[in-house]
Amino acid sequence: MPADRPDGISRRDFLTVTGALTGAGLLAGKSSAEDGAKGKGPAGLGPEAVGYTLRVNGEDRAVSAEPRATLLDVLRNSLDLTGAKSACDRGECGACTVIVEGRSVYACMMLALQARGKEIRTVEGLSRGDTLHPVQAAFIEHDGYQCGFCTPGQVMSTVALLEKTPSPSPEGIRAGLCGNICRCAAYSGIFEAAAAAAKAK
Amino acid sequence: MGKRTIRVGYAGNYREVEVNTPDAEPAPWDANSKLAVVGKRLPRLEGKDKVTGRAKYTADVKLEGMLIARVLRSPYARATVKSIDLEKARKMPGVKAVIEVDREVRFHGAPVAAVAAETEAQAEDALAAITVEWSVGAHVVDLEEARKPDAPRVQGGKNPNERGNEAQDTATEDACRKALDASHSTIDLTFRTPVVTHSCLESHGSVVRWEADGSLTVWDSTQAVFAVRDGVARAFQLKAEQVRVLKEHMGGGFGSKLGMSQHTVMAAKLAREAKAPVKLLLTRKEEHLAGGNRPSSVQRIRAGADKDGKLTCLWLESHGTGGVAGGAWCAGPLASLYACPTRRIWHADVMTNAGAAAAFRAPGHVQGMFALESAIDELAGKLNLDPIEFRKRNDANTLRHSEYGEGAQIAGWEKRAQLRGSAGPGKARGLGVAASIWGGGGGPGPQVRCVISRDGSVEVQCGTQDLGTGTRTILAQVAAEELGLTVNQVRVKLGDTALPFSTGSGGSMTAPSVTPAVRSAAAAALARVIEAVKGSIPGCEATDFAARGGKLESKTAGVSLGWAEACAKISGANVSEQATRSANYQGFRDGTAGCQFAEVEVDLETGHVQVLRIVAVHDCGLVVNPMLAESQICGGIIQGLSYALLEQRVLDNATGRMMNANLSDYRIAGPKEIPDIRVVLFDVANGRTNTGVMGIGEPSIIPTPGAIANAVSHALGKRVTDLPITPDKVLAALGKK
Repeated sequence: MPADRPDGISRRDFLTVTGALTGAGLLAGKSSAEDGAKGKGPAGLGPEAVGYTLRVNGEDRAVSAEPRATLLDVLRNSLDLTGAKSACDRGECGACTVIVEGRSVYACMMLALQARGKEIRTVEGLSRGDTLHPVQAAFIEHDGYQCGFCTPGQVMSTVALLEKTPSPSPEGIRAGLCGNICRCAAYSGIFEAAAAAAKAK
Repeated sequence: MGKRTIRVGYAGNYREVEVNTPDAEPAPWDANSKLAVVGKRLPRLEGKDKVTGRAKYTADVKLEGMLIARVLRSPYARATVKSIDLEKARKMPGVKAVIEVDREVRFHGAPVAAVAAETEAQAEDALAAITVEWSVGAHVVDLEEARKPDAPRVQGGKNPNERGNEAQDTATEDACRKALDASHSTIDLTFRTPVVTHSCLESHGSVVRWEADGSLTVWDSTQAVFAVRDGVARAFQLKAEQVRVLKEHMGGGFGSKLGMSQHTVMAAKLAREAKAPVKLLLTRKEEHLAGGNRPSSVQRIRAGADKDGKLTCLWLESHGTGGVAGGAWCAGPLASLYACPTRRIWHADVMTNAGAAAAFRAPGHVQGMFALESAIDELAGKLNLDPIEFRKRNDANTLRHSEYGEGAQIAGWEKRAQLRGSAGPGKARGLGVAASIWGGGGGPGPQVRCVISRDGSVEVQCGTQDLGTGTRTILAQVAAEELGLTVNQVRVKLGDTALPFSTGSGGSMTAPSVTPAVRSAAAAALARVIEAVKGSIPGCEATDFAARGGKLESKTAGVSLGWAEACAKISGANVSEQATRSANYQGFRDGTAGCQFAEVEVDLETGHVQVLRIVAVHDCGLVVNPMLAESQICGGIIQGLSYALLEQRVLDNATGRMMNANLSDYRIAGPKEIPDIRVVLFDVANGRTNTGVMGIGEPSIIPTPGAIANAVSHALGKRVTDLPITPDKVLAALGKK
């Protein structure tokens, strides 16, 4: 599967989501009634930053961000995890792919608030010290990149694919990576890397 | 200068030639050279940074107090700003600077104002708070409409939209008509190609910081750090040395980032006003509208051949649009590929109210080669000649003849006739071929410094750029070869105007322009190490010192030192030598040849074209790293496939706006479109520099669209003359629509 959203909620559903979160009492210090009274709309959250915690690469990270901030915004701008890239900012290219609860996700299409309480994995969390993840090593060996801008997303999509389907067919690799665009078109190397990483496991 | 005899050519076709080379340069590598590191399939030096997310792009630069900028752009294709109110935006939360950019706009997406705020969201909010009173003018975005005498004038005044020019030394129309009348077979076809955008995944962008001393530091996603430096210096009336431009990694350029762009100036103005560093990255939509594009073309080709299959006439009339600026010339292939006694080229650039064109991977050649090679196939059909045979009869380049032979064998050309019906019901297969032609020999200018330290560490410094082509890695390979080291013993620093000068990375020029200077600098630095070693041995006069396998050795002196041991003899911290790329020698041959074969399957019900296989046969002089060369070739092929089948900018005539300024409606080839690709590289010793390396970035995209179009034509028995070859055009060609 291409990178997709686990919960089917887009940032365009922002009001609904924040409303639900507020209603669930998950955001300290705010209530929809109060903010509604201040004329801030039905959701009542923001525009000020709110504080919460995200679990990223196995660590709890404190975040302060506007409710409208996407997961990509927060990873890149609040947590300095700049591996995931912003290239289209509307779920069309896959450069921002991260793994949330085991599934590949376009981080530009998920509100950071939606990712609370979930396991978020980014490209920065793949290697163990100097030891690369087999997918990372395979991308190097098979030259699965050129400029490298889409690479973190390609790597994360490949990791998610192989975790779900350890021995994909060549068609399965293409289908699994079809949510990621590489404008330099390093696809031959990317497919070879994915196949090699599957064998290496 | 000294004369040297070297062996040049390619397998089965070698000869000795004498070349004049500067005395300071090492002897040119030629067909007899035995190389240890150059020619190896080695992974990229920066691989680990790229797969771990550590590689820093302009978009990733974060500075203390840095603001984020956004640009207000015109929703109209032609308009004047009557009044603009920036005051409300200035008072928005987080906003630190607001500037006005332009009051006259000539295309949808032209910049009008810009803001810098603490966050991206605040900057976007501020844009929404700017109110503009527009006076909307008449626009024209359609190529043919723009040619009409009563069309709105894109540049205003009396300037016509169309600027015709005639190539010099071309035959007259009368001469062409006579040649065509006397021909055995003729064709007269018109081909059309769309405007396509570069769509680099990292958009154009800069981070700008004014320093306390009034100088500027600019991080820019660029193919030419020195061109940006000079442009910024001019824009702000600074001396060149007051501007430093940095680019460690970049997310694609393809020609669109070869000079200073307006975004850099806007960022610098905002930074000056805000007294804080500013990051300005174009959004995807802005990138489509204002980030450059490949111009369109309409090419009428009239051609004739005699009964022996020799071309008698090539006559091109073309026009195209690069929007508000930029030429659409595409006659290069028709002017240069085939021998022909009567040749005429006439071209017009047509201005339209659309974003300006920019260089795009083999400018002009991609659109020109598609049309020329389509026309050549049609003429071969009229003559009842095999398309390759017809090409060979008119192509003086014997290297390309050999490449046709190799490619035809791999592609199964001799079974071409049977291929067509082999696809099963409702489908048809076809096999097509097209040629490549390009320069790629590089030129003088780049300077390289090689620093060898007492601890044996080696650093190669050059202000060139790695666009993802592998420049870092191949420069290290060349230096390692010269110094007898492994590639991991060489560090390469580039992408910084504080380093020795280099030219922009375009025209497939980087590898051939920079590698010879790397060799010269490394050889000069090595000579200093040898001097130091000799100086440490009393009375040593040996002249046979050589660096090999990590050792510095001399048989006559009886010396064999490990590299670190040898470097420890250096007095002072290091030896540092700089070399400048000299002019090309007169060696074997200039330019690259190449050809590609495409096998396609067409669904006759839906009109869908699937490219099954591409066989690409290319040459680029000495191949420094076959894996990286193959990657570049695959990239060119797939971009060419994308151009042939999918990509086109769609402008709405009524509003003048781009209708597909994103990455889903603007379709780019992805995993499902990728064919099986077989790359064959001819190793050519060209003797034109001390490395003999040539560029391959552009040669690889040039033949693909023509090869695919010819394969589709072979499958259908009908020709589609307009790109992209979308299902509707296939069905129309089949008479099903």
